[in-house]
Amino acid sequence: MSAKIEATDVSVDFPLYHGNARSLKRTVMSSVSGRMGSDAKNRIVVQALRNVSFKLGSGDRLGLVGGNGAGKTTLLRTLAGIYEPVQGRVRVQGTLNALLDPNLGMNVDLTGRENIALRGLYTGLDARAIARLEEDVRDFAQLGDFLDLPVRIYSSGMVVRLGFALATAIRPQVLLMDEWFLAGDAAFMEKARARLEDMVRGAEILILSSHLTDIILDWCSRVIWMDQGRIIADGEPAAVLERYLGHPVRAPEPDATETVTAA
Amino acid sequence: MVQVRHSEQSRTVTAGCGGEVDGISPRAMSSASFAGPRSDVVLDLTPDVTLADRQRMAGQDMRESVGLWRLSWTLAWLDIKLRYRGSTLGPFWLTLSTAAMVGALGLLNSVLFKMEIHSYLPFLALSLVLWGFIGTLVQDACVCFTGAEGMIRSVRLPFSLYATRVVLRNLMVLAHNVVVVVVVYIALDTWPGTRAVLAVPAFAIWLVDGLALSILLGAFCARFRDIPPIVGSIMQMAFFVSGVIYKPSQLGAHEWLLDLNPFFSILEIVRGPLMGVIPSSSTYLSAVAYSLVICIVTWLLFARVRGRIAFWI
Repeated sequence: MSAKIEATDVSVDFPLYHGNARSLKRTVMSSVSGRMGSDAKNRIVVQALRNVSFKLGSGDRLGLVGGNGAGKTTLLRTLAGIYEPVQGRVRVQGTLNALLDPNLGMNVDLTGRENIALRGLYTGLDARAIARLEEDVRDFAQLGDFLDLPVRIYSSGMVVRLGFALATAIRPQVLLMDEWFLAGDAAFMEKARARLEDMVRGAEILILSSHLTDIILDWCSRVIWMDQGRIIADGEPAAVLERYLGHPVRAPEPDATETVTAA
Repeated sequence: MVQVRHSEQSRTVTAGCGGEVDGISPRAMSSASFAGPRSDVVLDLTPDVTLADRQRMAGQDMRESVGLWRLSWTLAWLDIKLRYRGSTLGPFWLTLSTAAMVGALGLLNSVLFKMEIHSYLPFLALSLVLWGFIGTLVQDACVCFTGAEGMIRSVRLPFSLYATRVVLRNLMVLAHNVVVVVVVYIALDTWPGTRAVLAVPAFAIWLVDGLALSILLGAFCARFRDIPPIVGSIMQMAFFVSGVIYKPSQLGAHEWLLDLNPFFSILEIVRGPLMGVIPSSSTYLSAVAYSLVICIVTWLLFARVRGRIAFWI
């Protein structure tokens, strides 16, 4: 069965419950003016997504652009099933991996090996597959003997390597990615990039939220520009990015596009 | 579980890694790749409008968490392991501290209440160990979801999985503490006999109640943050009114009042048989009735709020 994503008229509201409602209301008012509303029971809510609709099929590479708080991460979380829509429908067909937080479920008090095993269990791998996962991550992250020591004592570079190796070890049909993956030191990045691109090519559907125009132009075949939880524009990457940025963008390098879409 | 995010360093986007995509040679990655089962994974989410929809989703949540039992088990075990990592005795500190508590309270109370220690000590050891299970379970239930915030926000897992983790973790603690009871029983040669078998079905009721309470309190405490301290003081009160450190018969004519106390009847259906005493039918009735109420309330609440928990934490 090939991968498919359908979002139909999806809205997500965040209820604001905690703290002093009035002062919180004022604080939020000033920062997200125009997005405040109240639901049927007069609770204060932030409308994180409003009437978002789109369809993606196998081979689609979607880029999400928009300012901070535009709803990009909320959209990714909703597609990953973490937030359930209050209106509309989300249908995702195919195995899914959401790289939203580099340290997904990583516990710094546990050893590297234990963290790897946990990640394998999240994904529902059996003992044999977990052993292979461990091998793969160990080879890539090059942690050596540190694998049996708590993550707490790792250098920050080692933590990034472990987090990255784990996140990219499991290949899904649908890959949701927030922009954090471009972190890390330069030497590691080169190696990381090859692995990441390999995973991106292997996925049937990619949704990528990023501020980096070049990455979007190279990797995506479609771009959605979001603002205040709504879709402002949806279409060809170059065209949407020009509207979003307000200036012309370079054309994607032909050979690069080929590499990405050929997969 | 402590979740630490390194968002600061993750945001330092490396400049210049944008353009040169032509640098990707189709380098063969390590052969290992971990695709999940490719078959029919479908995630279909709509706001569940009818009660039937909601109940179906809640049921599915519970079925999925059963399928992930190895994950719940590992999470629970790692919780325990972490708490005692680096200590020589490990989780057996639990056993030791329970033993010390039983010894001290046993001596004190046998003097205070003028009890004969031979019959009082086994009672106290069993009571304290069982109450320890109930008390910690209830406290842990309050942070069932809020304590797993990092996981809930980064990956979709069934919510009842977190409840299973709480119950399993407390079960492991109980297994360490039971040693104290066994030692006391051996030392004083006070075996309960075959009636102890009746504790098995009663304990099954405990486990179901424990799962239900974890979901119920976990959801409530995620939504209303002032519940955990309230639960704390209720549990402290319950410790004194539920006949944990005194025998029910010491209440004399007021003994029947205990059956109205859910903590007592639920405690007694396991404790009684392990002391060689069959609880009265009113105690059983009370325990089963309270358990039913807990389970039904939990089911209705869970069906209603399951989709909202992620927004509350």
